Amino acid sequence: MTPLPLVAVAGSPNAGKSALFNALTGARQKVANYPGVTVERKSGRLMLADGRPVELVDLPGAYSLDPASPDEAVTRDVLLGRQKGERQPDALLIVLDASNLDNHLRFALQLIELGLPTIVALNMVDLARRDGLELDSNELEKALGVPVIETVAVRRRGIPELQAALDDMISAPRCGVHKHAPSELLQLQRRAREIATAAVIRETPVRRWTHRLDGVLLHPVVGPMILAAIMFVMFQAVFAWSQVPVDWISAGVSWLSGAATNALPPGLLRSLIVDGAVAGVGAVITFLPQILILFFFILLLEGTGYMVRAAFLMDKLMHGAGLSGRAFIPLLSSFACAVPGIMATRTIDDPKDRLTTILVAPLMTCSARLPVYTLIIAAFIPNRAVGPVGLQGLVMFGLYVAGITGALLAALVLRRGVLKGGGGGFMMELPKYQWPSLKDVAIGLLTRAEIFLKRAGTIILGTTVILWALASVPQAKPGEKQSEISIAGHIANGIDTVVRPIGFNHDISLALLPAMAAREVAVSAIATVYSIDAPDDSAGAASLTDRLHHRWPLPTALAFLAWFVFAPQCISTIAVTRRETNGWKWPLFMISYLFLLAYLAAGATYWTAVALGL
Amino acid sequence: MNAHFLSESVSLDQLALGTKAHVSSIDWDQLDRAEANRLKHFGFDEGVTVEALHLGPFGRDPIAIRVGRMTVAIRRRHAGAVHVVPVAR
Repeated sequence: MTPLPLVAVAGSPNAGKSALFNALTGARQKVANYPGVTVERKSGRLMLADGRPVELVDLPGAYSLDPASPDEAVTRDVLLGRQKGERQPDALLIVLDASNLDNHLRFALQLIELGLPTIVALNMVDLARRDGLELDSNELEKALGVPVIETVAVRRRGIPELQAALDDMISAPRCGVHKHAPSELLQLQRRAREIATAAVIRETPVRRWTHRLDGVLLHPVVGPMILAAIMFVMFQAVFAWSQVPVDWISAGVSWLSGAATNALPPGLLRSLIVDGAVAGVGAVITFLPQILILFFFILLLEGTGYMVRAAFLMDKLMHGAGLSGRAFIPLLSSFACAVPGIMATRTIDDPKDRLTTILVAPLMTCSARLPVYTLIIAAFIPNRAVGPVGLQGLVMFGLYVAGITGALLAALVLRRGVLKGGGGGFMMELPKYQWPSLKDVAIGLLTRAEIFLKRAGTIILGTTVILWALASVPQAKPGEKQSEISIAGHIANGIDTVVRPIGFNHDISLALLPAMAAREVAVSAIATVYSIDAPDDSAGAASLTDRLHHRWPLPTALAFLAWFVFAPQCISTIAVTRRETNGWKWPLFMISYLFLLAYLAAGATYWTAVALGL
Repeated sequence: MNAHFLSESVSLDQLALGTKAHVSSIDWDQLDRAEANRLKHFGFDEGVTVEALHLGPFGRDPIAIRVGRMTVAIRRRHAGAVHVVPVAR
């Protein structure tokens, strides 16, 4: 079978390349990494009028063939036929921002020099017109020597014409690739400027929308306030809107586990399905609504062009910790869940900046820690006022601050140590504001959800089954406790000797292993231990609080809280880190340094509390 | 247009907000290869008109600059490598 003709979609960042790609291929896209790098390869299929399929690959946005980031290096290598895992494209579709021709034509000229069959999409002509710019695409076609089609990708305008042009290009007999001596960047830029100027029919000076909006959104006082307001709305939405679907999912999961319990005879198989697969995967799927809402906001912020402005506002503060302004939104998102936060680090150009951001993201207090914090605080921290504020709230606030401080310090240390060098990098284009199409946001959301479910889902299912097996084998005989006799029980005894010095008791040792699936599982694991110990008593939340209060000394409880500020107790995060760093090296590093931090923090807390006589 | 050049050049990080200027020279040696490439990508070149538009709220860093039809943000340190001559009206 001969492979499908491969058309590469190339263009500078902010040319509307992804929207055009979506308009041509629809929702069915394949997203993977290029081998050996964490640069996304997005491909889709386009049917020509006569039904012949063509493969389209959306290359990472690049300003030229002289790369300034790993993404741009991949784009260059694909175009020159040097990229592992990709054949050389048969043809090119170049996307240009009509209102930024003098800049975007530089890359186009470089691409046309490659000698592949080429079409140019003159995109966002509507925005150019809004800015008072009238262009002559025939003039441009003459100057470039390749077909030029006017498009507005977000409104799906010019797409049929573009498809027809692609059809002509692919049907035409293919000429060989010419090897030109590549021109120098600044020379190309000057030629680009000449061609762009010649293509302008008229230009009426208007006060541009973007400029006006930036006057407000980048204002030194108002700007940060608006950013804070937007972030506040985002978090409200993540927690408030997710409530209903989370309840549905919980109901669905318990229905499923009930149905499985009734359908299967008691025994190992039933236990595997109910306690292993359904319970474990259910615990993680419950977070899907929050993750999707967060992605929705991230995509919206990116699509409108506000994301870069947020980075601009926060850059100086982030720079102080050795990070870039680009890290702000990913880290903030990690307060809801580190998974979308880590996936959003793809917008950070500099590899070391990006890796540092990924490594500290799990320190942001995510929502899965809340059930653990709430339980322990309710059980141990007296509900009294300290001045105008409640002590319980103060402790909760302290835990958030501890996470943030930990993240900033960790970033500083990482940037001086293993991730030294690089990262002067905050050089970004501030694109024009525009309203993204709902369809583009939906496609982005679908892709992210699929990645999460596939990557995290498979690893989570595997881990929960292993955890289940450890907890169920061997089976307890009458008079023995399952939690003690199982392999997990023996592992817990091992954990016991390690965590005894930081004040942890056997209950905690038993809970730490299952909590790897997701942090809040620690709560149900502790509840399970007690319900096994006292089966007649119903294990309500209130009684759990009471029991904890009687069985754990206060220093132990505080140490347990400190542990959860730092411990990387979440398989999904580890799975996503593996995907985003393309290997096990960095996830393992992350697990090690976070467990070390957790151990030290819990130990310090315990012994300080003991010394204070708490 | 009877704009005339002021004689002395300043570095781009010293350019007052809202003032247009022409790029007189760029110290490419002050930048590493990727940084230099990125500045070229943004269209920085001798003779190009630039304008400082916004400053970051903390420490007046980074700086948003209009270059041609594009607005870009760079840090003060990089702007220091670009020398400009303000255009007086």
